[in-house]
Amino acid sequence: MSHSTGHSELAEKFANNVERMNWHDKALWFVRLKRDNQAKSLDEWEELRSTADKIKKHTLENLANYLEEFEKNALSRGIKVHWAKDAKEHNKIVLDILNSKNVKMVVKSKSMLTEECHLNPFLEKHGIEVVDTDLGERIVQLRNEPPSHIVLPAIHLKKEDVGTTFEKFLNTQKGNSDPTYLTRAARAHLRKKFLGADASMTGVNFAIAETGGIVVCTNEGNADLGSSLPKLHIACMGVEKIIPRLKDLSIFIRLLARSATGQPVTSYTSHYHGPVEDGEMHIIIVDNGRSNILSTDKYKKSLQCIRCGACLNTCPVYRRSGGHSYGYTIPGPIGSTLAPSRDLKKYSTLPFACSLCASCSNVCPVQVDLHQQLYLRRQDVVDAGYLSPAKYRVLKMATWLMSHPRIMDFAGLLARKIVPLLPRSIIYSKINIWGKSRELPKFPKNSFKELYKAKKGSK
Amino acid sequence: MSSRDIILKSIKDYAPSKSSELPNINISHASYENINEKFSTSLSSVGGIAVFMENIEEIKEYIAEHYADSKVIVSNCENLLPIVTKDANATKDPHALHDVDLAIIEGEFGVAENGAVWIMEPKNRHRALYFIAQKLIIIIPKNEIVPTMHEAYEKLSFGTQNFGLFISGPSKTADIEQSLIIGAHGAIETCVIFI
Ligand code: SF4
Repeated sequence: MSHSTGHSELAEKFANNVERMNWHDKALWFVRLKRDNQAKSLDEWEELRSTADKIKKHTLENLANYLEEFEKNALSRGIKVHWAKDAKEHNKIVLDILNSKNVKMVVKSKSMLTEECHLNPFLEKHGIEVVDTDLGERIVQLRNEPPSHIVLPAIHLKKEDVGTTFEKFLNTQKGNSDPTYLTRAARAHLRKKFLGADASMTGVNFAIAETGGIVVCTNEGNADLGSSLPKLHIACMGVEKIIPRLKDLSIFIRLLARSATGQPVTSYTSHYHGPVEDGEMHIIIVDNGRSNILSTDKYKKSLQCIRCGACLNTCPVYRRSGGHSYGYTIPGPIGSTLAPSRDLKKYSTLPFACSLCASCSNVCPVQVDLHQQLYLRRQDVVDAGYLSPAKYRVLKMATWLMSHPRIMDFAGLLARKIVPLLPRSIIYSKINIWGKSRELPKFPKNSFKELYKAKKGSK
Repeated sequence: MSSRDIILKSIKDYAPSKSSELPNINISHASYENINEKFSTSLSSVGGIAVFMENIEEIKEYIAEHYADSKVIVSNCENLLPIVTKDANATKDPHALHDVDLAIIEGEFGVAENGAVWIMEPKNRHRALYFIAQKLIIIIPKNEIVPTMHEAYEKLSFGTQNFGLFISGPSKTADIEQSLIIGAHGAIETCVIFI
């Protein structure tokens, strides 16, 4: 992504439709409120968060040991374990397994990792049909769009959009955009796919070192139904999904759905510890840049993320700019710190898509220091010389001004006297990008310094 | 070097020399005065219902009354064999369960804080049954309710069993404009019966 299509440009496109932007903002805020209600209903909420943080921290510090323990236990249960350094290797492993079983159609449940690896186009290129089965994922898949949220993939769409999409692909009634009607249509459509699939793929919410099994949480039952019909189940996980003990799940399961959608738990919390009868279960453990993040003290905490989406729902920038404005698989605060780990130049605008309000860090169930990371990322962007020229010039000027107090005082005086006299066309001219959709405050007569002096003198 | 060894090595290279402790899990939480009631409210808030019964006859009556339109009924509960119309374990292929209207399964215990039920049925051959049935009834022994997930996980272990799950209410989605629709891909109705 070049500077010309950075976050603010894409966000502007989204925000141009004011009505839709406001709807998006409100819909997500509603999810945030539901999360708050759940959090407030538990006196032990903060204790859960800090325990989750401690478990994740300890696990990441001993990650290699836990991965080995997990592998050993999974193997002894007859699960096949594979390792992939990067997306390319991951995709190849998947393809080889599918080909070895002559798979023509695979049902997939939501997995941000396979999105990250761009698995769907890769498999399709090799003649395998991939059907995303989470309703939101299916909607965006039919529309040939990426998900715009990690938990609510189609949150950028209105029911009328879904109606027209289903009209085209599922032959639903023209103009019918009733959510119940559309959901039932999708249920019927996807039942056929579930029953016809030769293999299933799922993500992994948690991988338990102690037992060698994995846990997947869904509300729809799609991962669950999908993986229990065909003989072949492939689960893909990043190295950071490990937790040490079975009982650690009590902490994470209590936090996950409450943080994600404000529910006490998801409808299904499936614990897979082996294949179906006469079947095969494969787990692919993927690095794809994660060990690099582990090497950075400033950012390694981002690997604690359990992908609940709470930081997206609370973020004032995300709510008003939409997931697609980030140009990365994972949007919102967590995406804005993960993406630069991958490519600082390409994603240089993301750390600035943030007001540093710190709400993300406050809602995060595993206490990822999100706003702190975004603040540090900005410095990386500046140090690497990737700041956009306009921002760079303004910052340079401000630095110079602030290191010359007398000139700064004079400039302030000038601004207070002159700006109020200028016509709008000059103040809000093209150079003032800040003023595009903002109003300047009323200028005071005196500067803070003058007020302070006067106050002090009068004492 | 294999990818496995490369990944493990690079992770080991960055491991700190001193690690923090793995914390004990000892979370104090509110206790529920009436745990049955708490379970029922939790379950109804996620779209399910809980009923408490005295004996198997009552269950049969309840099913006859509330599930009159369910044609294909499966269950592994021996007491319910008279109302079962299909043997879910008869065939090797779980696809054969595609027409099940009502599955009556056995759960081990319920969790009051969230209306979830732990299910790990050695008698059930196909895990697909839990998700493919249009409607689900889960039968649990009376008094088997724990307050929170902490007590729940204390009870769990995975020996030779290779699948177990918590089910909390029917399947649902809010992917279209955030409107909650009960009945996504799994059961459209979930009823928990304590006996
Ligand atoms: S960073 Fe925290 S709040 Fe954001 S998605 Fe991950 S776990 Fe949830």
